[in-house]
Amino acid sequence: MTFLGMPTLSGEPFPTAARAALGDAQLRRNLAKATGTIRAKRARVVEELPDWAGLRAAGAAIKDATLADLDTHLLAFEADLVARGTTVHWARDGAEAARIVTDLVAATGTREVIKVKSMAGAEIGLNDAFDAAGIAPIETDLAELIVQLGHDRPSHILVPAIHRSRAEIRDLFRREMPGVAPDLTDEPAALAEAARRFLRHKFTTVDVAISGANFAVADTGSLVVVESEGNGRMCLTLPRTLISVVGIEKLVPTWSDLEVFLQLLPRSSTGERMNPYTSVWTGPTEGQTAHVVLVDNGRTATLADTVGRAALRCIRCSACLNSCPVYARTGGHAYGSVYPGPIGAVLSPQLTGVAHNRTLPYASSLCGVCQDVCPVAIDIPSILVHLRGKVVEDHAPVAEAAAMRALAWAMADAGRWRRLLRAGRLGRALGRRRDRIGSLPPPLSAWTGTRDAPRPPRQTFRDWWESR
Amino acid sequence: MRVALFVTCLVDGLFPDVGKATVTLLERLGHEVVVPRGQTCCGQMHVNTGYARMALPVVRNHVEAFADADVVVTPSGSCTAAVRHQHADVAREHGDRGLADAAAQVGQRTYELSEFLVDVLGLTDVGAYFPHRVTYHPTCHSLRLLRVGDRPEQLLRAVRGIDLVELPAADECCGFGGTFALKNPDTSTAMLADKMAAVVGTGARVLTAGDSSCLMHIGGGLSRLRTGVRPLHLAQVLASTADAPTAVTR
Amino acid sequence: MNARDEILRRIAAALGDRRPTPPVPRAYRRATGEPGDVDLFADRVRDYGARVRVVSADAIAAAVATALHDRNARDVVAAPGIPAGWAPTADRSTVDTQRLGAVDGVITACRVAIAATGTIVLDHDAPDQGVRALTLLPDYHLVVVRRDRIVADVPDAVAALAGVRTQTWISGPSATSDIELERVEGVHGPRTLEVIVAR
Repeated sequence: MTFLGMPTLSGEPFPTAARAALGDAQLRRNLAKATGTIRAKRARVVEELPDWAGLRAAGAAIKDATLADLDTHLLAFEADLVARGTTVHWARDGAEAARIVTDLVAATGTREVIKVKSMAGAEIGLNDAFDAAGIAPIETDLAELIVQLGHDRPSHILVPAIHRSRAEIRDLFRREMPGVAPDLTDEPAALAEAARRFLRHKFTTVDVAISGANFAVADTGSLVVVESEGNGRMCLTLPRTLISVVGIEKLVPTWSDLEVFLQLLPRSSTGERMNPYTSVWTGPTEGQTAHVVLVDNGRTATLADTVGRAALRCIRCSACLNSCPVYARTGGHAYGSVYPGPIGAVLSPQLTGVAHNRTLPYASSLCGVCQDVCPVAIDIPSILVHLRGKVVEDHAPVAEAAAMRALAWAMADAGRWRRLLRAGRLGRALGRRRDRIGSLPPPLSAWTGTRDAPRPPRQTFRDWWESR
Repeated sequence: MRVALFVTCLVDGLFPDVGKATVTLLERLGHEVVVPRGQTCCGQMHVNTGYARMALPVVRNHVEAFADADVVVTPSGSCTAAVRHQHADVAREHGDRGLADAAAQVGQRTYELSEFLVDVLGLTDVGAYFPHRVTYHPTCHSLRLLRVGDRPEQLLRAVRGIDLVELPAADECCGFGGTFALKNPDTSTAMLADKMAAVVGTGARVLTAGDSSCLMHIGGGLSRLRTGVRPLHLAQVLASTADAPTAVTR
Repeated sequence: MNARDEILRRIAAALGDRRPTPPVPRAYRRATGEPGDVDLFADRVRDYGARVRVVSADAIAAAVATALHDRNARDVVAAPGIPAGWAPTADRSTVDTQRLGAVDGVITACRVAIAATGTIVLDHDAPDQGVRALTLLPDYHLVVVRRDRIVADVPDAVAALAGVRTQTWISGPSATSDIELERVEGVHGPRTLEVIVAR
C-alpha cells in the first residue's frame, strides 16, 4: 500500500484561516494568557545572562558554518553512527521518511509505538502513515496527547495544545482517555496525573519508540533530546527498538558546540535556566536496536537559497511564536503548517516551495520582534520580504501588480509624482462631512472596514513649501 | 546647519502639517531647511510587498535627489530604516553596484527626527510647550530597526506643560505593516483594537509617534470609534510653543 | 540514485562554490576550570522545587539516612557503585522495570553538577550512577553531589562530559507547562528530586 501523505506544511490561505481564529474569543483569551506568561519568563532568564549577545552570535555562526559544509558533517555523523551499530537511513521527502519508519516498525511485528514529541515526525505526517499501516501511534508528550485525543492539530511548536483551556482538556480527557476517573477536575496537576497513569503502562509494555532529536553531534555521533516531562526519557530508555527521525539541519559539528545551544534553547523556549531533562545517547544503548532516519524534505532546496537558508538555523525554541503579535491573536492553526508563527512563515514556504504557500510570507506586519528574540538571530523579516519577492515572481495578483507598477512609475519622477498627488486631491470630495473618509472601494475597503482614512489636504506639503 | 528634509510620500500627500511642523522646529532651532525638488518616496511599500524590482527606479530617484545633501532628516522611523537598511540591498540584488554604494552613502547621512535632534544636535529640550496629556507609541521600525531607544521620550519629557503618560504594551505593533493592513485586515484590526484600548486607557488627549503611517492607522481606528484622542506626529508636539501652539482639535 | 547519494548531490549543488566560513565568534563565558559555587548550586536547585541539604563531606552517610527516614523510604535501590557507607541496606542489583516502578526511591551519585543552572548530570556508564531506568522509574530520586563535581556553568559541564556516551541532565523534578503554561511538577519521571550537597 502506498502512503501519499497529508499536507503538513500548507493549508488554506492565511487571511481566511485567521479570520475564523480571530472570531474565537476563547482561543484569543487562551493565547493571550499563555504567550504573555512565557514572554515574561523568557525575558527574565535571558536578562540574567550578561553574555547573551555573545551566545546568540556564536549560535548563529555555528549553524551557518554547519550548513556551509553540511554534507561533510552528515557523512562524519553517519560514520560515527554506523561504527557504533546504529542503522542509518536517508529520506528525500516526507513520504519516503514515513515509509521507512512504518516499514521498520512493521518489521518488528508490533502494532503500537510510543512517540516522543518531534517536529520532524509531525512534518513527515508520521501518525497518518502509522494509521494507514495499521499501527497505533501513542503520543506521550502531554500536549501532543491532548492534541491526539482531541483529533486536533498542533498549534504551537513547544506547547502544541496552547489553544486549549484547562476546562476543554478536562472534558476531552473524560471523553477520550481510557480508564480516566469520571470526576476528573480541571486542575493542571490532576490532568497531568491522569496522563501519568494512562501512559505508565504504555511505557513499560510497548516495544518500539519514535523520537526526533534537538541536536545531532557530527564528531561524536551523539543525539540529544531536550524535554521537560520525562516522557522522552521513558521512550528513549525502555523500548527495545528506538527509531529517531532527524532533519539534516539538526547537526552541530562538535560536542563542545552544545555549550552554546544548551544555554540558548531552554531560556528561549520555556523560559527556564535549564529544562528538566536532557538525554544524550551515542549509538545503541543498553541493548537497544537503534535506527536514525535523516530527512531532507525541502531542506536542501532551502539551503540553495542564500538568503532563505538562515531559516535552517532554527532550533525550534518557539520564542518567535510567543513574541509575535500576529501569532498571539490568530494562533497556530491559521498558518496551516506544523511550523506556525514567524519561523513557520519563512520555513513552510521554503520547504514546500512558495507556489504552495503564497500567503504565509505576508502573514506578518514586519514588526521585527521575532528577530529580536531569536536565539540564533534569524532575520525573519528580511527573509519574509525575500520570499514575498519570490511569490510575486511566481504569480503576482494582476490588479496589485498593476497598481504597484503605476505607483512606482509615478514615484520614479518628481514631476509625475506631483501630478499624481494633485489629482489625489479630488479625493477631498469623499470626506466632506467630517474631514475623514469612512468608506472606500476595494481593495481599500479592507482599510475603511474598521478605520477612517485621512481626507486629502487642500495643499500638498510641496505646494505649501513652494508657496511660502 | 543646512538640513535637507526628506518629507516622505505620505506626509507630502496626506499629512502636510507634519512636514510644516518639522520645518518650523528645525528653523526655530536655527537651521536652514532645504527640500530637494527631486524627492518622492523611499519605495519601501514596493520592496516590502515583494516588488523590489519595481522599486529600483524609485530608489535611484531618491539617491539622486539626496546625493548632494550633507545631512538628511526625515520625520519617519520607517522611511529612515528603508533608506539606511534597504536601498543598498535592493540596488545590489539587481546588480547595480554603483547605485548600491551611492545609496549606502545617502543612508549614512540620513537621520530620523529624534536621532537628529538628540544625537546630531545634542538636544533634548527643544523649547516646546504643549500643555496636554500625551502618550507615546514607539513605532516598530524606529524601535527595532533604528534602535532610537528612549530618544523620543527624552525629547517629550523636556516639553513644558506636557503630561506624558506611559502607554501599556507600548512596544507591541499597532497592526499597520504597510500592505499587511490590506492583505490581512482581520488580523491587523485585532492588533489595532488592542493598541486602541491601551491608548484610550491612558486617558491621553493626544497620541504621538514618530511615523505618520502608524498614526494614520491608529488614528483612523480612534476616529472611527469617535474616541476623541488626537493623533499628532512627534514633530507637531515638538514644534508647539506658547506663541504658536499646535491645535489638538480639528 | 539512492536517497543518500541524491541528498548529498542536492547539498553539493545547493552550496555551489563553497567559500570558507568565518571562524565562530566565541564572545561568551567559556569553560574556566574554576570550581562552581556550592551555595549558588544549592539555590538554583531549590528554585526548581527540589529539596536540598548541604552537609559537610564526612556527613554524607548520615544525611542520606536522614533523607530516607524523612521520606519514609524503606525499599530503596541504589546505583551499584556508590560507596558502601551510603544507604548500606539499599538494593544494589535491581534493574527490573516492574520492581523499579514499585520501590520507594533510588540513590545515586552524579558525574557533573552545574552551579549556574542547578543541573545534575548522570553518566550512565559510571557504576555509581547506574543504567537509565534506575533513576527514571522510581518516584523519588536522591542524588549525592560532592563538591568536586560542581562546575560553574554549562560550558564547564560540556567540557567535563566530553566522551561520556550516555548522559541524563536533570534540572529539578519532572515538570510540564502544557496546560495554560502553568507549571506542574511531576509527570513521568521521579516526582520528587532530593539533593545532598557535600561541601
